[in-house]
Amino acid sequence: MLLSQFLVLAAALFAFGVYGLLVRRNIVLILLSVELMLNAVNINLIAFESVLVSPEAIGHIFAIFVITVAAAEVGIGLAIVLMIFRNRKSANVDDLNLMRW
Amino acid sequence: MTFIDWISAPVNWVFTIIGLVVLFSGFRVVTSKNIVHAALFLVGALAGTAALFLMLSAEFVAWVLVLVYIGAVIVLFLFGIMITRAPTGLDEGLSSDQKALPALLASGVFLMMSWASIDAFGGQLIGSVGEPVPTEVIGDSLFGRFVIPFEVVSFVLLAALIGGITLARRDLSPAEEEERSAV
Repeated sequence: MLLSQFLVLAAALFAFGVYGLLVRRNIVLILLSVELMLNAVNINLIAFESVLVSPEAIGHIFAIFVITVAAAEVGIGLAIVLMIFRNRKSANVDDLNLMRW
Repeated sequence: MTFIDWISAPVNWVFTIIGLVVLFSGFRVVTSKNIVHAALFLVGALAGTAALFLMLSAEFVAWVLVLVYIGAVIVLFLFGIMITRAPTGLDEGLSSDQKALPALLASGVFLMMSWASIDAFGGQLIGSVGEPVPTEVIGDSLFGRFVIPFEVVSFVLLAALIGGITLARRDLSPAEEEERSAV
């Protein structure tokens, strides 16, 4: 196995995440795209760890931290989406133009 | 290494199959017109990623990914989709109409990142295939050298828990408050 095959796969997944982040209108789908990008980063961390084998498995630890922070982010993000939906009756970013000049 | 050498190793067949599943699922996450299908295709992408982690001898992280993401985060997403009463059938309005510029930007990101990866690590081989990193090592590291970040992350989770409850709680109107205290 080459290292770069994993890196190219992660780059493709990250690019899909960027595309979804820019194209999607629904906030929940934007959060899904962010998860896709974080997942691509995790693939990179694990792939590099399996080449630069460290005695303390630092790549694995970082991937676990990324997963934890992503879980917290989804919890808070969906709570905010719920608040926005209650106040504006919509989960569409195009409708959130209150602070737009 | 030529392509023939690469494809003749059975481990690369497995990689190709899993990679195609991951890429297809990831593509459908960002293009599906059905919002529930998008969330369920993310399950496919994450399961494929967990399989790649198993290939890269990261057993513990693979199962953490399955438990936390597929078990918890996707369920949270499905709850979020149902609570915001997003249209669960086909919906043309989920994506913006301007797709060309984001597609250009995303392919630019892909080409730049993959060129940089291949340029820097073109012939680098992964040697340690099939020897899982023991969970003991990860535990020792997590509660040894990384104990302060571990505590910080646990504080972040506590803050997220309290913040989530505070944000999602519906404040009662004064009339409802009185009604409740009367009972």
